[in-house]
Amino acid sequence: MQIQSTQVADTFAEAFKMYAARLIITAENEKWALAAARSVTGFATSVIGCKCEAGIERLLGEQETPDRRPGASVLLFAGSVKGVGDRLMERVGQCIMTCPTTACYDGLSEGEAVTVGGKLRFFGDGYQSSKLLDDTRYWRIPVMEGEFLVADTFRVQPAVGGGNILLLGEDLSQTLSAAEAAVDAMNAVDGVVLPFPDGVVRSGSKPGSRYKGLPASTNDAYCPTLRGRVEHTALAENIGCVLEIVIDGLDEAAVGEAMRVGMLAAAGTGIPEISAGNYGGELGQFQIGLHALLQGDQLP
Amino acid sequence: MSALTFHLKHVPEQRLDMSPLVCQNLRGRTADEIRSMTLDCGGSRVPVGELFDLSGSDCEDIVIEKACDRMDCVGRGLDGGRITVHGDVGAYAGMQMRRGEIVVRGSAGVLAGCEMGGGTLRIRGDCGDYLGGARSGNRRGMRGGTILVRGSVGVRAGDQMRRGKILIEGDAGDYLGSRMIAGTIAVMGRTGRHVGYAMARGTILLWRKTTIGANFANCGSHTATFLALLFASLRGYESRLADPDHEFHRVQRYAGDLARGGLGEILIRLQ
Repeated sequence: MQIQSTQVADTFAEAFKMYAARLIITAENEKWALAAARSVTGFATSVIGCKCEAGIERLLGEQETPDRRPGASVLLFAGSVKGVGDRLMERVGQCIMTCPTTACYDGLSEGEAVTVGGKLRFFGDGYQSSKLLDDTRYWRIPVMEGEFLVADTFRVQPAVGGGNILLLGEDLSQTLSAAEAAVDAMNAVDGVVLPFPDGVVRSGSKPGSRYKGLPASTNDAYCPTLRGRVEHTALAENIGCVLEIVIDGLDEAAVGEAMRVGMLAAAGTGIPEISAGNYGGELGQFQIGLHALLQGDQLP
Repeated sequence: MSALTFHLKHVPEQRLDMSPLVCQNLRGRTADEIRSMTLDCGGSRVPVGELFDLSGSDCEDIVIEKACDRMDCVGRGLDGGRITVHGDVGAYAGMQMRRGEIVVRGSAGVLAGCEMGGGTLRIRGDCGDYLGGARSGNRRGMRGGTILVRGSVGVRAGDQMRRGKILIEGDAGDYLGSRMIAGTIAVMGRTGRHVGYAMARGTILLWRKTTIGANFANCGSHTATFLALLFASLRGYESRLADPDHEFHRVQRYAGDLARGGLGEILIRLQ
């Protein structure tokens, strides 16, 4: 299958069942909402090393937030409901409560509830108070700047992590431009985040390592500097750079849609091939075929 | 189906206990069966048919026409459905209601909404004492739901209330929120003496300044983010409280009653 001059490999992205929460962060203005959102999604690129994956879903206008202030929507993923709950406790406490003027609300309408505000409240040292409004309990925790308002519980729902596309480019400049275009398009899709730095990862990994105890190591088949060194290289002679975009989403459809718009945006001159990472279909619960995603499109 | 309507034939000579006439008690009954139900009236029991003309059949939508202040316990224990009252009602309106809605298009007597657990009680006129409170000897007042009063209320509104919202567009008498355990009371009009007396927790939100007792600590002026959520939760009500023009977030905060731990608060709107 071709998009312009780009060959789309007949393969699939192998994605995994994860669990996700959505945080609605509000603040006095967009600057501080974004500051908290960036902080809470920091060091959250991969569950392999960060225990969770997170990203900013989108910015929210005043009319979209519970307290009518500017805000940001954040998605956080982990391998279990408890994992999500534990990470929320750490990150809401350390990154959102600490950020001036913020408040934090649950952005999901269904799922299993994990207690966050109900534990963070103890920071109030006995001066905290709660309000039950429209069947939702909020905690008001006194802080030096005023009050931190946080939902008692956050819902956690099943989700999909590890959707991906691989952009196989001729050189760094063209591959980076294509990746940036793909990220811009994918960020417009609701229900997904791209957890790596500005959405792009250069150090894709394979499971395992020749060194004992390492769960993952460099994806040598896609390293251009090893093309002549490893027998199983996946790179043709004209590939000088590979960048990956990883997608975590609230459901498979959202992840697939992000992959689709990403491929369409990235394809073109300087990108001979678009592929996807998988483990032969043996590890992940979801197999998202690239060709199937593009079936309904009129490809240029 | 049209609303099941009870049209009062004449004002009863004694106080009338309306407790049985709630939606969950009338479901599945024919009009004749309802007419033959009896109500306590003073020391005797009187058939519904002697007191009311009946029309309509929708038990989930009850209307009481020509109501009077001798009707006590209207909507007592209501567990879903709607009761609309044209006229005044006596004591205990909406007592212990759990779900549904009661609309009183007149005034209500003492202990309206007392010990209610959920649902909405709307009163167009004024209310007597102990709105949303606890009956004599009981230690728990309202524990959920919303009471909205368009007029003014008597003394000790929200006495020992534990949860829920009491919204008063008019004035409130002395001892507003006395012995409050938790919950929210909002008053747009004037308030009497000893606001929040012996309150343990909860919020009393006032539009007008009032005299604050020495048992409250002045914590200064603040922007309360949670007020945006509180006002948002009122948007659906047919009330001045739901009008965005009356919304505010800047308040003077008084913490108290210090004699009961000081975890309650009186918030007074700042201009």
